Amino acid sequence: MEHRGVWIVGEQSEGRVQRISHELLTRGRELADKRETDLTAVVLGNDIDADDLQGLIDRGADRVLTMEAPELEHFLVEPYTACMMQLIERHRPEIIIAGATSTGRTLMPYLAIRADAGLTADCTVLDIEPETGNLLQTRPAIGGNILATIKTPEYRPQMATVRPRSTRPAEPQPGRGGEIDRQTAPKELLGSRVRRVDFVPDESEHGLAEADVVVSVGRGIKKGENVTVVEPLAESLDAALGASRDAVDRGWMSYPHQVGLSGQTVSPKLYVAVGVSGSIQHLAGMQTAETIVAINNDPEAQIFRVADFGIVGDLFEIVPAIAEKLREAAED
Amino acid sequence: MRFIVPIKQVPETNAVRMDEETGTMVREGVESIINPLDLYAIEIAIRLREQHGGEVISISMGPANAEKAIREAIAMGCDSGVLITDKAFAGSDTWATSYVLAAAIRRIGDPGLIICGERATDGDTGQVGPGIASFLDLPLATYVGKVEHVDNDVCRVRRLIESGYEVLETDMPAVLTVVKEVADPRLPTLRGKQKARKVEVPAWGADDLDTDPNRLGLKGSPTRVVKIFRPQVTRQCRKVTAVDEESIGPAVDELVEFLRQRELI
Repeated sequence: MEHRGVWIVGEQSEGRVQRISHELLTRGRELADKRETDLTAVVLGNDIDADDLQGLIDRGADRVLTMEAPELEHFLVEPYTACMMQLIERHRPEIIIAGATSTGRTLMPYLAIRADAGLTADCTVLDIEPETGNLLQTRPAIGGNILATIKTPEYRPQMATVRPRSTRPAEPQPGRGGEIDRQTAPKELLGSRVRRVDFVPDESEHGLAEADVVVSVGRGIKKGENVTVVEPLAESLDAALGASRDAVDRGWMSYPHQVGLSGQTVSPKLYVAVGVSGSIQHLAGMQTAETIVAINNDPEAQIFRVADFGIVGDLFEIVPAIAEKLREAAED
Repeated sequence: MRFIVPIKQVPETNAVRMDEETGTMVREGVESIINPLDLYAIEIAIRLREQHGGEVISISMGPANAEKAIREAIAMGCDSGVLITDKAFAGSDTWATSYVLAAAIRRIGDPGLIICGERATDGDTGQVGPGIASFLDLPLATYVGKVEHVDNDVCRVRRLIESGYEVLETDMPAVLTVVKEVADPRLPTLRGKQKARKVEVPAWGADDLDTDPNRLGLKGSPTRVVKIFRPQVTRQCRKVTAVDEESIGPAVDELVEFLRQRELI
């Protein structure tokens, strides 16, 4: 049987389908149209919201496949891999894309070995090669210094993860038709040698990777107490707080806030770098942001190379002035 | 307990230069280092050995000079190392790399914990650690920021995810991929350096491992690099200077107007 069809691996939390799934539908629809084939959204979980599943059809899927069981409520790599393998063997998709999230970046490499498939991490561009129909996967490497285009000529399925926030979520088009096939996951697929015994949510309001706006601090804030300088700005932009490695190594911010090669990769709509010099390692973690604003007293700082708008000057004067101005603008 | 730490030798990214004409990396004169994230894996493995006894073995697949990375790992406190090197491995993607590393771990035998850096700073895929776990059919915990408990039967870790952290308990043996928060790497000691100079680092090739020759190197890799190019610099930085009282107001106004035009506020 030939491999055909494009799949996206949706994500759910507490039974609600997450935004990354809709971003993947944007990518998947484009690929499926070019390939003249169907788009399937696969979601694993427990008791998934029926309206949310219909929402996947509305947003471009031709078919939704679920595997559901209490054991699948939270991501665990072994049962998720076993369920995906059964679906892959049954339906033989040609392309599978997932989010480059903590889930996608764990599930996909574990699964690709079992499926004997090629996998490309963290793609920013996906396309179809017209002559061969192969998936062309473009991704940054070497800290974002180069882009590489990769394909998987002989192995199927072709698998890729794409960065969250690197595309807009697909909009619903009410009235679209599609098939929703909900299955209870067979018991024999649900064994796991890893157990999730607890979960502790991040104390800060939103996670860095999911934020639309990120305000980051670097060595330029001079000391840890000075994080308060950016707080009003972050508040008026409804932003998550990020930090350069320098700021984290000095103990001014905790590691989960670190943006860059040894921290998190973010692609928000707006990234505001405050007193961040812009080492290659930092740029690698944020240069795919849609708009980048930099405030730094060094006109030669590397961060200006990737910025759309830069202010050269004293951040301790400028940042409060911006926050004040935004507050006034919001009141108007 | 036996701790196995797969490490990778990478170019020092700060020193990477690009050939403007070809768009490829200039590797000449660029120093090779242990992948910075692997240092956290080495450190936590050494600490666990200090607490629980046993040995730490670092392994690295790469060209012959990756032996240097192994010796550095021993200088930090690993007990021994194995270099995995063969022309047949050249051009391996993450699938083929995981395949060979898994075969090497099988040959070493009896792993307790296999601890990997979350990803390497050059390839930046993060796929080899999970790949090794999958080939060895071992349980896996990724993005580990803290190892809370280890004994012969079970290991409890904190896994950092987007919305917080999970506490996971895994059966042993297991594969962990660790992030920076897990432990601060130590510097090599004098005694470590002396040991690293003297110790024998065996080199294993394809013939030393139980592998299918058709699944090695470029030939065995599902993915192919079609082209490598430099990212287009599409951003034009509008840079305004605001170094005195009078210029701050206009600069801030201009920024706010810019954000408004882009519909960001």
